[in-house]
Amino acid sequence: MNIEDIKKPENIVYKKSALLTDTPMHYCPGCSHGTVHKLVAEVIEEMGIQEETIAISPVGCSVFAYNYIDVDWQQAAHGRAPALATATKRLMPEKYVFTYQGDGDLASIGTAEIIHACSRGENIVVIFINNGIYGMTGGQMAPTTLLGMKTATTPYGRDAKLNGFPLVLAPMIAQLDGTAFITRQAVHTAAAARKAKAAIKKAFEYSQKGIGLSFVEIVSTCNSGWKMSPVAANKWMVENMFPKYPLGDIKDVLKQE
Amino acid sequence: MAEKILMKGNEAIAISAIRNGADGYFGYPITPQSEVMETLMKERPWLTTGMVVLQAESETSSINMVYGGACCGKKVMTSSSSPGISLMCEGISYLAGAELPCVVVNCQRGGPGLGTIQASQSDYNQCVKGGGHGDYNAIVLAPASAQDMYDHVDLGFDLAFKYRTPVIILADGIIGQMMEKVELREEKPRMTAEQIREIAPWATTGKPKDRQYNVITSLAMESDVHEKFNQKLGAKYAQIRENEVRYETYMADDAEYIFVAFGCSSRICEAVVDILREEGIKAGLLRPVTLFPFPTVKLAELSEKVKSMMSIELNMGQMVDDVRLAVNGKCPVGFYGRQGGNIFTPEEIVAEFKKFNNLK
Repeated sequence: MNIEDIKKPENIVYKKSALLTDTPMHYCPGCSHGTVHKLVAEVIEEMGIQEETIAISPVGCSVFAYNYIDVDWQQAAHGRAPALATATKRLMPEKYVFTYQGDGDLASIGTAEIIHACSRGENIVVIFINNGIYGMTGGQMAPTTLLGMKTATTPYGRDAKLNGFPLVLAPMIAQLDGTAFITRQAVHTAAAARKAKAAIKKAFEYSQKGIGLSFVEIVSTCNSGWKMSPVAANKWMVENMFPKYPLGDIKDVLKQE
Repeated sequence: MAEKILMKGNEAIAISAIRNGADGYFGYPITPQSEVMETLMKERPWLTTGMVVLQAESETSSINMVYGGACCGKKVMTSSSSPGISLMCEGISYLAGAELPCVVVNCQRGGPGLGTIQASQSDYNQCVKGGGHGDYNAIVLAPASAQDMYDHVDLGFDLAFKYRTPVIILADGIIGQMMEKVELREEKPRMTAEQIREIAPWATTGKPKDRQYNVITSLAMESDVHEKFNQKLGAKYAQIRENEVRYETYMADDAEYIFVAFGCSSRICEAVVDILREEGIKAGLLRPVTLFPFPTVKLAELSEKVKSMMSIELNMGQMVDDVRLAVNGKCPVGFYGRQGGNIFTPEEIVAEFKKFNNLK
């Protein structure tokens, strides 16, 4: 058997989404961003909404998300992506509009923008990558950093007296009338990634129903920032991040009880 | 005969936005310009032209909504007053860096800090020299009447799209609050999706099969790429300096003394010129309509034939630096200003003028 035999269509069991560009990703090996990008690209491709989608990238590692997914992109100032998304959706209500933001961007400098976009019930999708650290700037404390966790700006571990407590945003915005779907997912196993993809798809579908904002938090790893191997980072996330940020749906206004 | 309506300068901004096909307004209340959003909300243009009007949670959010709307190739705008404009400066820098068109109205009040709600011209340096970080200029228009407020919205959008750059309408509390007759020009419809694709092929309108995807960003990590971009912006500003200088003169042709004043100060200086002319003193006025680009060439030309110039501003002396640069030592340049919301009378300026020029 040669390589051409292997490449026959009937032998293909997996292929990259046509919406993922050929640009090599700059993310560190083991980083969750690549997997989440793949899921977002697959959802857009499967829903057939490439032409209808406007994406907004943040400041942080995923600023360069616009290099990897083949849709129109706006790059926002730090934390302001929900403001861009608000205007974009209101000016072009037929489009699917999503922001892709990290924890520094969304839960620290951008808290006003995300909370008010939720409160106004903007019909947008927010993908929130929560890895408890600032990746791009070299591993400083994020609002979501766990107590005791060592970062470049909490070298002795996060101390509540000195640094405050971790900010748990999803349940806060779930209380706002303008939110439709709030869920927390992860992508550390194939099963988790499948669930996360279904959640992302649901969020995109909800955004066209005029029922408010859909928010998909992905509890993620930053193995470089955490100074762990990818495998160790996944294990650490399950043991430490999940108890503080448990997975599952937090709010779904269309769910029949 | 076109319709003329008595209205405040701030109301003229709102009415003009609707009538000139603006797609969106995003703002946050602040004195002395809250009538802009109040008028829009009362007019409800979303029911007529389809224009979106939204009260944001802050000026920071307003300008970033403007950024998002501008990314879509839409005619979008905001308005605020000095402290709010300070908050918007980050966003204006991003708009300049991403080469996006928009109109920002600054109805100036006194500063620094919370300052006063009374009129001022003390944001000249902030708006004309940048305000946000990085090497950029916004085109700055200086309205001197409610009619200018109306007309500058349309002119602002034209220039913003022509050069893909933010345009600031640098008004003040007096121009915003003063009621004057305003002629309503012919209406312009909002751009269709087809027109937007034509004049803004760069916009994020959704990627069709037949083009590459569009990215609006101001990020360039490589030094050489970023340097080229800075030089491209520089070339654009040079072109704007070349083509877009606008000014008005009053009795300047045979003048021996020139006043330079913009906005509400220029209206007062017209009365000053009249008083001096009655006394047989040949005074004239140059009123910059664009502060960036500044009428440097015209001022240099006038400096060759006048005895002196005087910059009259409601601040501690900001535009006077640009007058001095334009004059380049060819004639003496004086300054007189009032601050804190206080306004000079024509007689007060006449007295200061005579003191500066050793005239009786």
